[in-house]
Amino acid sequence: MKGNGAQRSKGANGWLLSAPALVLLVFAASGPLLIVAVYSVLEKGDYSGVRWILSGDGWFRVLFERDIFDQTVSFADANLSIFWRSVKLSIATTLITFAFGLPTAWFIATRPAKSRAFWLFLITIPFWTNLLIRTFAIMEVIRNEGILNTALINAGLISEPIQILYTDTAVLIGMAYVYLPLMVLPLYAAIDRFDFRLIEAGYDLYASRLQVLRGVILPIIKPGIIAGSILVFIPSLGAYVTPRVLGGGKNMMIGNFIELQFGQGQNWPLGAALSTLLLLVVLVSLLVYTRVSSRDTPHE
Amino acid sequence: MNKKRAFDVTTLPGFTFIAILSFVLLYAPIATLVIYSFNGGNSVNQWGGFSLQWYVVAFNNQAVQDATVRSLIIALWASVISTTVAMMAALGTTRRGRFKGQTAIYMIINQPLMVPEIVTAVALLIFFSSVKIATGYTGLGYLILAHSAFCVPFAYLPIKARLEGMDTSMETAAADLYATPWQTFRYVTLPLLLPGVIAGAMLAFIISLDNVIITEFVKSAGQDTLPTYMLGQLRRALTPEVNAISTALLALTVLILIAFVFLTKKRE
Repeated sequence: MKGNGAQRSKGANGWLLSAPALVLLVFAASGPLLIVAVYSVLEKGDYSGVRWILSGDGWFRVLFERDIFDQTVSFADANLSIFWRSVKLSIATTLITFAFGLPTAWFIATRPAKSRAFWLFLITIPFWTNLLIRTFAIMEVIRNEGILNTALINAGLISEPIQILYTDTAVLIGMAYVYLPLMVLPLYAAIDRFDFRLIEAGYDLYASRLQVLRGVILPIIKPGIIAGSILVFIPSLGAYVTPRVLGGGKNMMIGNFIELQFGQGQNWPLGAALSTLLLLVVLVSLLVYTRVSSRDTPHE
Repeated sequence: MNKKRAFDVTTLPGFTFIAILSFVLLYAPIATLVIYSFNGGNSVNQWGGFSLQWYVVAFNNQAVQDATVRSLIIALWASVISTTVAMMAALGTTRRGRFKGQTAIYMIINQPLMVPEIVTAVALLIFFSSVKIATGYTGLGYLILAHSAFCVPFAYLPIKARLEGMDTSMETAAADLYATPWQTFRYVTLPLLLPGVIAGAMLAFIISLDNVIITEFVKSAGQDTLPTYMLGQLRRALTPEVNAISTALLALTVLILIAFVFLTKKRE
């Protein structure tokens, strides 16, 4: 029979046709990631770059610092506060986008079929709009002379503008604003498949609204919740533009800290170690996500 | 108006309010940005009457002109290259049944969607800086290459979606009539696939045009694109010129998206 041969040529064709894309991606995306991992275990160069000598210093400096004079080792507090801020702001961003995203996705999914496409399009426009433009738009709103402070002053609620720009709050507002569509779209996809008769059944069995939400709706749209959370959490953790523009120079997140090592900091091995760490955290969260979602689908 | 049921199971208390609030919050800052691009005054906040002066200023700014041309060149090349390789990959991975290593191909193609952009940016900075030293070439090629790579998944997805919705019977018929595989592709598959290909190319174009981080790390001196130029401007005193550039970019994005919706809608 020719089954096996056809099978093999099918695979060969698939690989052959995919080859140009794979070469491009390995050359200009995946491959260089390996170089980063290698650079993280090399010695720091005198000016910039690296010397080709094996060294654990890059990884050591992720968490610790050594005193210049007496060589005592201590935790690098500045680094730890940057990690903590990144994690804290990313979790907060995920929670805020969920709080706004769930009702928004629900609202879109319950519109009549005709207008649903329109509401969905309204979410898609910000999604495809330049991140920098959206960050810039938020900056205009929250700056001291911006419309928010002006409106509050005109309303007599405050006499002095509130300093929001260049604080952690500004970064949080900015990230929640920028990543909200990433939460809404997967939630919408999950709710759209939802059978609303189940809610009716819940009410018929004398469930309260809260019980219906917790016992019927949330379990069924759980894959959408996890997907949305991952989609928001990962870019938040690696955010660079939003903290740079809204946080000013001081309120750095991991992304800005990495850039610093390749700019003024001139410590490429440390920068490479931080990048590898960030990549590992993201891969682990993706792995957990695929585990959780594949465990959820076959059951129930 | 249709009669509202006494108790509608699809509404949850407060949800509609928060949803409307979300839409308002999403659009209010963008609307402000757009409105102030038409400001006659010098401020991004103080209204000084309607005027197109900042569009004129931006248009006559040599740096903006150069950055615009550079952005468009890169985006055009990136969308052509990424769409071509993505189309081939989509043809190779769809409608042929599963084959060994298919998951690996998916993972590599979708890799730019998973890896944080800052990590890819750093990786390309390291890699390209040594290539630049080794070859002495510092042209736009690096940016085009980097953009082409991260645009691949965005071009791939609509093409794959279109292919999966396509009937194979036409191609079988062509093959039965002794068309060569190339003729079948050129005269049967490609015309049917074209809306997906154009949709993919448009998404790739937008993604390339909007890119900030990777461009910022890969570009050589004097290779600012529109977004990196704007990022550099944010350090200085803001004038509505940035609003004008943003509004122009925004308008282009919305136009492309509307075209995209019409292209992909026809399928039914």
